[in-house]
Amino acid sequence: MAVVALSDTETLALPGDGLREGIVQQLRDVLGDALLDSLVKPGDDVWVRVRTDAWRAAGAALRDVVGCDYFCFLSAIDWMPSPYGRGEDDPTEPPPERSTEIRQGYTGGDTRMQVFARVRSIQGKFGVTIKADVPDDHQVVDSWISLYAGANWHERECHEMFGIGFAGHNDLRNMYLPTEFEGYPLRKDFPLLARMVKPWPGIVDVEPLPGDGEDESDV
Amino acid sequence: MTASLLAVDLPYWAQSMFRVLGGTVAVLLAAGSIVYLFLFKMMSFMQSRLGPMEAGPYGSLQLFAEVGKWLQKEDLSPERADKRIFKMAPLIVLVSTFLLVAVVPFGPDDYFTNFDAGVFYMLAVSSISVLGILIAGWSSANKYSLLGGLRAAGQLIAYELPMVLAVVGVVIQAGTMNMQQIVVAQNTGEIFGWGGIGNPYVLTQFIGFLIFMIAVQAELTQAPFDMPIAESELVSGYMTEYSGFRFLIFFIAEFATVGVFALIASALFLGGWGVPFSWFGWDSIDSIDNWMNVAGPLIMFSKMLVLAFLIMWVRFSYPRFREDQLQRFAWKVLIPLALINIMFTAVLKVML
Amino acid sequence: MSDLADRQKLSYIAAQAADARLNVELETEGMTLNIGPQHPATHGTLRIIVRLDGEQVIWAEPSAGYMHRGYEKLTEVRTFPQVTTLINRIDWLGSFANEVPFILAAEKLMDIEAPARAQHIRTILFELSRIANVSLFLGDLGVQLGAITPVFMAFRDREYVLNLIEGATGGRFHPNFDRIGGLKDDLPAGWLVETKQVMKKLRNFCTEMEDLLFGNEIFQSRTRGIGVIPKEVALQYGLSGANLRASGVDWDLRRDQNLPLAYDKVDFKVWTHPDGDSFARCWLRLQETREATKIVDQLIDTLPAGPIMAKVPRIIKVPEGEAWVSTENPLGEMGYYVVSKGDLGPFRVKIRTASFNNISIVPWLLRGVYVPDVITILASLYFILGDIDK
Repeated sequence: MAVVALSDTETLALPGDGLREGIVQQLRDVLGDALLDSLVKPGDDVWVRVRTDAWRAAGAALRDVVGCDYFCFLSAIDWMPSPYGRGEDDPTEPPPERSTEIRQGYTGGDTRMQVFARVRSIQGKFGVTIKADVPDDHQVVDSWISLYAGANWHERECHEMFGIGFAGHNDLRNMYLPTEFEGYPLRKDFPLLARMVKPWPGIVDVEPLPGDGEDESDV
Repeated sequence: MTASLLAVDLPYWAQSMFRVLGGTVAVLLAAGSIVYLFLFKMMSFMQSRLGPMEAGPYGSLQLFAEVGKWLQKEDLSPERADKRIFKMAPLIVLVSTFLLVAVVPFGPDDYFTNFDAGVFYMLAVSSISVLGILIAGWSSANKYSLLGGLRAAGQLIAYELPMVLAVVGVVIQAGTMNMQQIVVAQNTGEIFGWGGIGNPYVLTQFIGFLIFMIAVQAELTQAPFDMPIAESELVSGYMTEYSGFRFLIFFIAEFATVGVFALIASALFLGGWGVPFSWFGWDSIDSIDNWMNVAGPLIMFSKMLVLAFLIMWVRFSYPRFREDQLQRFAWKVLIPLALINIMFTAVLKVML
Repeated sequence: MSDLADRQKLSYIAAQAADARLNVELETEGMTLNIGPQHPATHGTLRIIVRLDGEQVIWAEPSAGYMHRGYEKLTEVRTFPQVTTLINRIDWLGSFANEVPFILAAEKLMDIEAPARAQHIRTILFELSRIANVSLFLGDLGVQLGAITPVFMAFRDREYVLNLIEGATGGRFHPNFDRIGGLKDDLPAGWLVETKQVMKKLRNFCTEMEDLLFGNEIFQSRTRGIGVIPKEVALQYGLSGANLRASGVDWDLRRDQNLPLAYDKVDFKVWTHPDGDSFARCWLRLQETREATKIVDQLIDTLPAGPIMAKVPRIIKVPEGEAWVSTENPLGEMGYYVVSKGDLGPFRVKIRTASFNNISIVPWLLRGVYVPDVITILASLYFILGDIDK
C-alpha cells in the first residue's frame, strides 16, 4: 500500500480513493436503499453489503454498471463463535463457558450467516467484495448463476458446506461430499470430527533453534 | 534346408523339427533383441536415463526377469468377459506373427517355405492379427478396451491398403511375388550398369519404402499411430484387462511383429540376406557358396535391427495422432501416393 | 488464421449438434464412460463422467471431491503460523506459492510489512515454485498426447529447481518457509550463484521443449483449435492464469496489483495469445516459464541486504478484521479471504483456488469434442487435484 504524499493539502487523498468511492456511489444510484453499508480502504479494497432481496440485482449492477466482468468467488461466513472453541477442549472435563455473541465483521450484518462474493473489473483493475445477510429462518438467497456462469460450482459448494439454498440454481448437488452426507460441515456448530475422535494433546512448546532471536514467531 | 549345409539327407520329420525350431528362434530372438536393445536401452538413453542395469551385466537379463515376472502372475479374466474368446485373442495375434515369418528367406537355402505367392501370402496373413486385436477389445467387458478395439479396427484396416500398394511397386519391379526371387533380383541387379551395390529397391522404390514403413508403424499400433493403445487415455486399450501370461503373449507378439515386419522390409527393400553377388562373383542362386547359409541370417538380423531402430526411434519421439487425423492421413495422403508410385514404377518398368 | 476459424466453426457446430442430441428424449445411443478417478491422464483423482456417441462427447460432468481434506474447517482450529503447514499442500507442485497470499493477508491485517530483503527472497522462491510447477506441466503435456520422451527431460531439469528450493528452505515439496513478517531463515551461501546457473539450464530446457514438442506437426494438429474458450466465457467462469491470458485477456496479478512483493522492481513481459485454444494455453505457459527465469535473474541482481524478519511478537494475535489477498500462482489466481477476530488463529479462511474455477468450465467446454481431445483439453487447462478439492 504505497502512500504518495502529493502536497500538504492533499496528503489524505491517496491515489485510488476516488475510484472506490465512485463505485459505492454507482451502486447506491442503482440499488438505492438496498445498499445497506459500505467500507472503503483507500487504495486497497471496497466492501459493500446489500439487502438479501437485492442480492441478484446487486450482482447485475456490479456486472453491468460498475463493469466487473470477472467472477472471482462466492462463499459464506458463519459468524457464530464455535461452541467447541479452538478444538482444544479436554474431553474429560465439562466444556468451558463460551461467549455466544454473534459479531459480524466489516460492513456489519444482522444474521448469523452471510453470503459474500468477490468480483473484479479487468479494465479498471479493482475488485469489489459484496456481502448479504442470509435470513435465519429461511436460509435461501437468489442464485447468481444467470449473471456469472462460474457461480454454479461456488453455489454448490456453499450449499453443501453451509446449507444455504440458492433460488434459481436447479442443480444443487454436493460438490465434495458424498450425496448421503448429513449436516453442513462449515457451520460452526458442526464439530471438527478429527478433534472429536482424537482430542488435541495440548500445545507443545517448541524450543527455538540455536541462533533464533526472541522475535521468532514460534508457537 | 540344412540338408546341403550338413551334406546329410535328413528325414522329413527332422526337417520339420528344424523348421519349427528355426521359426521359434527367429521370432523370439527378434523380439527379445528388439525389446532389450531398443525398448530398454535406446529409449532410456534418449530419455537421459540408463534403463535396467541390475539384472545381468548392463541389464541384459532383464528380459528373462520380465518373462519370469509375467509368467508367475495370476491368470485373471474379467467376470463378465466372454471367457473363451478372451483367452483366444492373444494367441491369434501371436499366430499371425509365426505365419508371417514362414515366408521370410534367411539365406539361399535357409527358408521355411519358398512358394511363388510369398508376398501375397504375407500381406494376407498379416491381417489375422487385426482379428485378434478386435476380439480382445470386445470380449474384455471393459469400455476402455472396447474403445481401443474399435479404434484398432478402423486404423488397422485403413493402413492395410497403403502397405499392399507400397509392396506392389516392389513386385512390379522384381517381376515376381516370390520373396527369395525378390532378394536375388536385388542382389544381382545393377544400377545403370554398375553392380557395385546390387539394386536394392529402397533406392528406386523410395516412396514405396517410406509408405511401407509408415504403414508398418500403423499396423503395429506404434506411436504416432497408437490410438488403440493410447496409454494416457485408454490405459492400455485392448490390452487393459490382460495380465500374466496372456499379456506376455501380447507383448511378445507386438515386438516380434516389429521384428518380422522389419525382416520383411529388409527382404523387400534392402536386399535381404544377400550382399551384392558381384562382390563374390556369383551369377545365380545356385552358385552361392555354402557359408552364405550361415552368414545370411546374420546379415538379415542386422538389417532387421536397423529398420527396427527406425521404427522405435519414431515411436519414442512423436505424440500420437487422433483417430480421424490418422484415417485422413491414410486415405488422403498415403493411398494416392502409393498409387502414383505404382503408376511410375509400371511405366518405367515397361520403358526401361 | 482461417484454419482456426474453420475449426472454431466446426467445434461450434459440433457443440450445437451435441446439445441437439441431448434434447432428444429417446436415448438409444450413447455410452457412459468414467474417466477417472484412477486414470493415467488426470492429475490426480478427478472423475469425469462423459456420455459418448461413438467417439464424441455429448455431455460431460466432472465430479471432484475425492481428495477433499476440509482445509477451510481445519484452519479454524489452527493458529496463524500453523496454517502455512496446511496450505502448502493445496497446490503441491509449486507449494511455496500457496503460502504467500495467506501470509500477505495476515500481514495486511497486522499492518506490518516484511523487510525488503524478505520480500525479494519471497518473490524469488515464488517464481522458482512457478518454474517447478510449470516445467512438470510441460513434460506431462507430452505424455498426455503420446510423446513419452519430453517428460524425462522435464523431470531432470525440475530436479535442479527442487534442489534449489531444498537448499534454501529445507523442503523440496513443502517448504513451509514463509512466516508472518518475513521468512524463516536467510539464504545459504552460494545459493544465488547456483540459482543463476540453474536458470540458464532452464532456459535451455524451454528451448528444448519448444523444438521437441511445440514445433512438432502432430502436436500442433492435436492442439490447435481444440477447446477454444472465448474471452467473455473465460471471464464469466473466473478462469485465471495462463488460461485467461490465452483467451486474449491482458491480466496478470503480478503487474496489476501493488502487493508487497518485489515485482515492481523487475521488468517482465506479460504474454497473451488471442486464440484461446489448447495450443495457446500450452505455449503461453512455456513462455511464462522462460519469463520467470528472467525475473529470477533480475531479482538476484537487485537483492538488497537487510533483515529477514520484521519485529513480530512471539505469540501472534492478528487484530480483528478481514483481508483479501490473491496472487498470480502457477496455476492461476489463488487468494485467501482471511477473517480474524483478534484470536490466535483465523475465524474463517476462504481459500479461492485457481483450478476450481478452471475445471468448472469443463462441462461447457467438452460438448462435442472427441475423446482424445478431452485429454488434450484437460492437459492444457492444467489443474492440480489438491487445488480443486482443497
